[in-house]
Amino acid sequence: MEFEMSIKASPRELDAIRGHAARDYPNECCGILLGREVDRAKEVSEAVPLKNLRTEPDKAQAVLPLEAPGRESERNRFLIDPLEQLKVEKDARARGLDVVGYYHSHPDHPARPSNYDRDHAWPWYSYLIISVERGKAGELLSWTLSEDRSRFDPESLEVRKPSSAA
Amino acid sequence: MSVKVIIPTPLRVYAGKKDAVEVEAGTVGEALSGLTSQYAELRRHLYTEDGKLRSFVNVYLNDEDIRFLQKEQTPLGANDVISIVPSIAGGTSLGCICS
Repeated sequence: MEFEMSIKASPRELDAIRGHAARDYPNECCGILLGREVDRAKEVSEAVPLKNLRTEPDKAQAVLPLEAPGRESERNRFLIDPLEQLKVEKDARARGLDVVGYYHSHPDHPARPSNYDRDHAWPWYSYLIISVERGKAGELLSWTLSEDRSRFDPESLEVRKPSSAA
Repeated sequence: MSVKVIIPTPLRVYAGKKDAVEVEAGTVGEALSGLTSQYAELRRHLYTEDGKLRSFVNVYLNDEDIRFLQKEQTPLGANDVISIVPSIAGGTSLGCICS
């Protein structure tokens, strides 16, 4: 039960994710969740939008090649630029924040992980998936990879009140 | 020389819960093998069974991907920082494997 945790985010972060997902439709969007682990809960304090590197196919192929580029594109795949990820992570670390997970959208698909999501997932992180139906942000769910990597388990996503600190 | 290796959050549980580990090494490869000899459980997350770095694992020396330097033979200098950066990718497909 090492990895059984929950995630808490404020309406502001969740709205930012919804806005990003709708804006980037019909492409997949992606971003990073920064926060802290407190009492077995990941508390998200910032959702940082990142570029989907699949919109730059040559660069993306050099980082993580697609198996079927004819059928796979930025419409159904996302990849975070590791250098951008490293920079956000460094900046977060300097402010006492950790990477607690990532978000991405599923255009015209449910907010449920695919086999491709599972094959590329890491333990512990929260994977927030948002469904976008015809350009409109829909269901938003959080998932974590099971310890044996066989599946994703749903993770409790708690909407917390925005903190009084600006 | 002594260099710092930054451990990403999902792998800290295999590295004594540390976010960074100092190791003595002359190359990136030596630093990673020093790290995995100290924390044996990390090894299977970073390397395949035949001893190659996993494709989902990016290793950066300061701000450079070691794939574009001399890979694991990349020499280290004073105050260098090695970062293990997990590849983050995903997307939709027809199947759903959620529980």
